[in-house]
Amino acid sequence: MPSDALATSARPFAPRRSLIAQNPSVLWFLLALALFTLGVTVLAEMGLVSTSMVKTLGKTLCLCLVAVAMDVVWGYCGILSLGHMAFFGIGGYAIGMWLMYARTEIIVTTSLAAAPIPPTPEEIVDAVGTQIFGVVGSSEFPWLWAFADSLALQLLMVVLVPGLLALVFGWLAFRSRVTGVYLSILTQAMTLALSLWLFQNDTGLRGNNGLSGLQNIPGYDHVPQSTVSLVFFWASAAALAAGYLLFAWVVSGKFGSVIRGIRDNEARVRFLGYHVEHYKLFVFTLTAVVAGIAGALYYPQAGIINPAEIAPIASIYLAVWVAIGGRGRLYGAAIGAAFVSLLSSWFTGGGAPDIDLGFYRIQWTDWWLVLLGLSFVAVTLLAPKGIGGLFDLIPGRRTPDRQGDYGPDDGAWRREEGTE
Amino acid sequence: MLRALLAALAALVLVAAPVAAQDLQSVLQEHREGVENPSRRSVGVVIEALIAADPPGVQTFLERWQDREVWVRKADGLFFYTAPGEGGALTLLDIATGDPAGTAARDELGEVRPNGGVRREIAGALVRFQLSDPDPRARSAALTSIARNPSADQIEPLRASIADDPDPALKAAKERLAAILTARFGENTAERVAAIETLSNDIGLETRAALNQILAVSPGVGTTLPPGANIARELRPGSEALSAAEAYGRLVDAGLAPAPVARDRIKEVLAANIVDGRVAGIPVATLDTEARREEAYDRLAETGAVPPFLTEAERQAAIAAHVFYEAYAEPDAAVTDAARAALTEVDLRVGANQTADIALDALSLASIYFLAAIGLAITFGVMGVINMAHGEFIMMGAYTGYVVQLFVPDYTLSILIALPLAFAVTFGAGVAMERLVIRWLYRRPLETLLATFGISIALQQLAKNIFGTQARPLTAPAWLDGQLVINEIVAISYIRIAIFVLALVFLGLILFVLKRTRLGLEVRAVTQNPGMAASMGINPDRINMLTFGLGSGIAGIAGVAIGLYAKVTSEMGSDYIVQSFMTVVVGGVGNVWGTLAGATLIGVLQKGIEWVYPSNTLAAQTFMILFIILFIQVRPRGIVALKGRAAEA
Repeated sequence: MPSDALATSARPFAPRRSLIAQNPSVLWFLLALALFTLGVTVLAEMGLVSTSMVKTLGKTLCLCLVAVAMDVVWGYCGILSLGHMAFFGIGGYAIGMWLMYARTEIIVTTSLAAAPIPPTPEEIVDAVGTQIFGVVGSSEFPWLWAFADSLALQLLMVVLVPGLLALVFGWLAFRSRVTGVYLSILTQAMTLALSLWLFQNDTGLRGNNGLSGLQNIPGYDHVPQSTVSLVFFWASAAALAAGYLLFAWVVSGKFGSVIRGIRDNEARVRFLGYHVEHYKLFVFTLTAVVAGIAGALYYPQAGIINPAEIAPIASIYLAVWVAIGGRGRLYGAAIGAAFVSLLSSWFTGGGAPDIDLGFYRIQWTDWWLVLLGLSFVAVTLLAPKGIGGLFDLIPGRRTPDRQGDYGPDDGAWRREEGTE
Repeated sequence: MLRALLAALAALVLVAAPVAAQDLQSVLQEHREGVENPSRRSVGVVIEALIAADPPGVQTFLERWQDREVWVRKADGLFFYTAPGEGGALTLLDIATGDPAGTAARDELGEVRPNGGVRREIAGALVRFQLSDPDPRARSAALTSIARNPSADQIEPLRASIADDPDPALKAAKERLAAILTARFGENTAERVAAIETLSNDIGLETRAALNQILAVSPGVGTTLPPGANIARELRPGSEALSAAEAYGRLVDAGLAPAPVARDRIKEVLAANIVDGRVAGIPVATLDTEARREEAYDRLAETGAVPPFLTEAERQAAIAAHVFYEAYAEPDAAVTDAARAALTEVDLRVGANQTADIALDALSLASIYFLAAIGLAITFGVMGVINMAHGEFIMMGAYTGYVVQLFVPDYTLSILIALPLAFAVTFGAGVAMERLVIRWLYRRPLETLLATFGISIALQQLAKNIFGTQARPLTAPAWLDGQLVINEIVAISYIRIAIFVLALVFLGLILFVLKRTRLGLEVRAVTQNPGMAASMGINPDRINMLTFGLGSGIAGIAGVAIGLYAKVTSEMGSDYIVQSFMTVVVGGVGNVWGTLAGATLIGVLQKGIEWVYPSNTLAAQTFMILFIILFIQVRPRGIVALKGRAAEA
């Protein structure tokens, strides 16, 4: 019960125990992740796992990271944000700008070196601009690209832009007490506005062409893609491990109790004297920053980013992954993201065999979304704990050192909210 | 024939013949060479002579001449029309009367074949006859032809034809065109200024074009302003209207200053003068800044190998020594002043009318948003159920309309069938969804949101699997084609009017159902307090089911309406879902009037932004969403906010 959860952490003489001791699942998750990373590396070195498979797995790890962030904001804090894939995309755009600029600059410098007169810096910038913006009929560098020539500044943008956007948006929304579905719709509107803005050619991010060629790391052209993909795979795994630890720490202490209290009954927490808006704003912004970092790792592996990746539907899928994986437990979100996104690429990539019904042939490339949609309805209705709920079936499992419900609710069958 | 005669008669009356009436054939014989082998320059003489003499049948002759139907008998040079005769011979027809005048073999005759330029001249001459043509369409065509290619000599025939025109609309058009011609080609200043002043009441495109033509300017440059020229304005170099670079470019074009050496040219010159890895003693590798390159170029210029490079100061001096101006092509300052004043007034009127047009557009867009959102206003606003598949219900309605049209080819009938059928289909789908999914999730809005997302994804893909990805047409009946034209600027298509009317009908219907019927009473009772309603003998399950069905059914009808206006695709629902929710939220949840207010605000806003940023609907949508986010800051409960206890429900 929510009020009990608060009371627990407020016990004056509760012995202070380590994060791992409180949450044994953290250790298991990190162990599994380490084994998985090592296993894939060994198999890749042996040539048993293709480069594209390594990239897919690396991308999946990034999706797990953003799903864990989504779980914190939704499963723990009760904010169903439909904007976290937008923050993910912003991170991708931020790193993509540097990748594209730096690589084009190398190409341009090489080709201009053959000219009789050495090029001036302005000429190089002009030529890079023509190369990058030729597709949208322009050659001028928009103001958005002001820092594109510096990796350090652009990496700062990966963190700053999603963070600031989340901060400003969250401040506006939480301040005026927009909650529940209204907040979901508002975040969806923000995502839609962002993707529409990016779709315009005069925004300066190449309109619907997006940024491409991101898999080529400037200055490392001589390194084969198999090595690059492994490096990114390791980086993604490290980011996921770090992110998981960070969020496990955030949700385990007193702070975690407060945000769970906000999820279960915001008004009561406010009356207890907590600044609910500050807590929500912190969670919203922190998860947005992590989503941006995940995006910055994802898109160099994907190779291309365009505004369609930021469309509201992407954020909805993120919610789908977390819901199927199981809200309110971090490993559930990671499992859900990995499971659904891999299954999705298996089905849509033609991996699943067609089913011949005699009168009709079910092709999974066409019918996968129907299946996903319906199974999503089924999970929401019948198994609100998602895949993560399976772990509750393990006998003798050590549950976290916390009274009260682990997950946010019992889904459709929960009684108390219906009578409020 | 009668037509030609009448026209000829009219021409006779209108254009007073200065010389005694002359036979057509004899006039032609006077200019025989010009008729037989007309050139663009010489044909004017012939036409003038024909019009001056104005013999009977001259209009027919001009028409036939233009259509290459005039023949000349080689033996005596007489002109005839022909008709197919017996045995390959041609029957000759008299050009004045059209009566048969003997036969001739084909090789005895020569065809008169005026070229394209000549035919245009003839057409121009014909216009004056067509202006008095009994057929209004011909008169209208003549006016169009004059307007397209106006000239001074058309003023007289045009004015002459005004008084007798029986058609008031054409008469007004003639008067306007006469005023335009007078304004441009009038004989004296007073006449022209008077004509221009009458034009200031008119907002037509032609009027504006004529005024703008009078105000046409050409750029000029000189050491002083030319005396006697009608100067429109003086330009200051470096200002927004004329940048310093442009100003210098004009000096170069006018031959008043040497051409500047372009950066690319410097580079070429330097590349051509590389000697042992050095240009004029400067190592090539150091030439990677503009300053260094200019230095190298200057050194080359000192040796006289290349023309000297102009410094910025020299350019500035050249620009400062000259004045830049724009001069009117029209020398008469009184005329241009009047035209400018008239244009200002016209622009003001055009602006007012454009505002009216945008307002109509906004109203029509608002009615579309209202239609899309009103079903949601019931399910979300009244019941509090958030249905993300609402957009897909709109899509289902539109596809129902499309399928009906496949079976019923008559568009009017098919729409009449499609509207109730779409309601039935989406009502059924809504009831099924309520029973199977939403019933379990009342009071759990986030869960509802997610489950209906799932349904939305599944339905969208299902539609894609059944109907394919390409857009399907939903054709409106013919009587909805076209548009209601109020004046040249304000116009609205009938289909938008129909949607507007439909939106009003639905507003009335929903208000009636909710406020005046037993069902509405029960709906309101159940949404306010299901427990109390149940103890009054109302079955909340049944009411919830019916209300949700009603909201969904209205979405289906909205789908048919939207399908008529836009294309039917499997994604059309998702185009409207965010806007629909915004409409309901901005308007104020739980209130049909709020939805109306929200739709109006969003419609007006979107059109307004599109006006500010023309041809960029993406930007308009972006800004609109940003505005809505900020608006919710100011009024979190929407425009029409519920007060008191109902607000907490």
